Amino acid sequence: MSEPRKTPLYDLHVELGGKMVDFAGWMMPVNYPAGVAAEHKHCREKAALFDVSHMGQVELRGENVAEQLESLCPSSFTPLAEGKARYTFFTNPEGGIMDDLIVANAGDHFFVVVNASMRDQDINHMRGLDIEVRELSRALIAVQGPAAEAIVSGHAPIAAELKFMQTALADIGGVEVRISRLGYTGEDGYEISIPEENVVEIARLLLEHPDLEPAGLGARDSLRLEAGLCLYGNDIDNDTSPVEANLTWAMQKKRREGGGFPGEARILQELANGPARKLVGIKPEGRAPARRGVEVASVAGNIIGSITSGGFGPTFEGPISMGYVATEFAEAGTSVNLIIRGKARPATIIKLPFVAQNYKR
Amino acid sequence: MTIYYTEEHEWIDVDGDTATLGITTHAAEALGEVVFVELQDAGETFDKDDEIGVVESVKAASELYAPLAMEIIEANGALEDNPGMVNEDPEGNAWFYKLKISDTAELENLLDVNAYKALID
Repeated sequence: MSEPRKTPLYDLHVELGGKMVDFAGWMMPVNYPAGVAAEHKHCREKAALFDVSHMGQVELRGENVAEQLESLCPSSFTPLAEGKARYTFFTNPEGGIMDDLIVANAGDHFFVVVNASMRDQDINHMRGLDIEVRELSRALIAVQGPAAEAIVSGHAPIAAELKFMQTALADIGGVEVRISRLGYTGEDGYEISIPEENVVEIARLLLEHPDLEPAGLGARDSLRLEAGLCLYGNDIDNDTSPVEANLTWAMQKKRREGGGFPGEARILQELANGPARKLVGIKPEGRAPARRGVEVASVAGNIIGSITSGGFGPTFEGPISMGYVATEFAEAGTSVNLIIRGKARPATIIKLPFVAQNYKR
Repeated sequence: MTIYYTEEHEWIDVDGDTATLGITTHAAEALGEVVFVELQDAGETFDKDDEIGVVESVKAASELYAPLAMEIIEANGALEDNPGMVNEDPEGNAWFYKLKISDTAELENLLDVNAYKALID
């Protein structure tokens, strides 16, 4: 294994007391001295700053970029209005998910953000298209929480005018940045793409706001889990289909009816007949968290699925999980058992999310 | 009274053939905010290295192991109701068990404070 890479904010994380860990080949803060739960709650109540520079940022240029992307993804980009972003995923020929990503129409090009662990795969995948694919050397920070609008628009007034899933160029402290109103916490907020050489000064400038505190990967994971958002490699992967994962909202009608994407045989068949298993929220009835890999059993005692993400929700104030169960057990309110350390513990299927999303639509 | 330590980051405060057991400050800090504790019941007996409890934090689950053959005299039920005590006072109020040591000769296998300090440095 090669040395883990450092983002341009590495020294700032260390200065702020971040506990640095190797995540997907990057040294990232799992938490700061405040701790995971405090950082999580601060994000829900005020705002948190996350370094997500380990994610891949890519520019796509060329004729018919939107049409060509549609040959890799089951979402529609024709049209995707200028200044709008869309959540989508690359599907494989078997109908599984190769990665999930954000695609934005930036006017003269498309701007794409992919997961850190999948960036090489995704860039190679897009290079199979007849377009120019350029990986950007830019940093990416997320400012998330109910105070995010006040914090970011204090420097870049246009931030207040953006709605959820809209993107625009802006100026912060004399530096041109791209601000997109989206995120991975369930809260209102922004992701801001910044030239690497300017990200430290901009992060420091934003952190001067009394309502903004840094938060690490630990809080990012508990926030997204409460919000019912999938983590690639845990909740979705090359074996799980978008239909099983309840992501068909990201497949616009034209694509659901017309097909024309990798894996359409399985995906269209599951859309028509229903999938054999579904991703659901699973709430343990006791206090014991059910983590990834825990088996889910029916009340009758048969194994019906397993947990793909699980832990403790600081805002939910209890253990929370997501996992796949056989479709006949997927209805909200169904009682199941979780096999934790050999013991069956009662749990209930719930409709995601655990904590309501708070987007500015 | 002598306090011994284990490589599993437990402390055991011995008085004759009875003792109090918990996890070290180092372990509590490494775990982060503890959100769940599961204990075994008084009266149960265990061999060395048997699992005697579970501590879960916002980050991870961690098992507690018997440092020697023992019988539980009392479990600290307050921890199950208020797991955060483990972070507040791991080597004091947040003890896990009062126990009876089956064979005090097994204490020889445990670490003294200097050996434990060397382990975590």
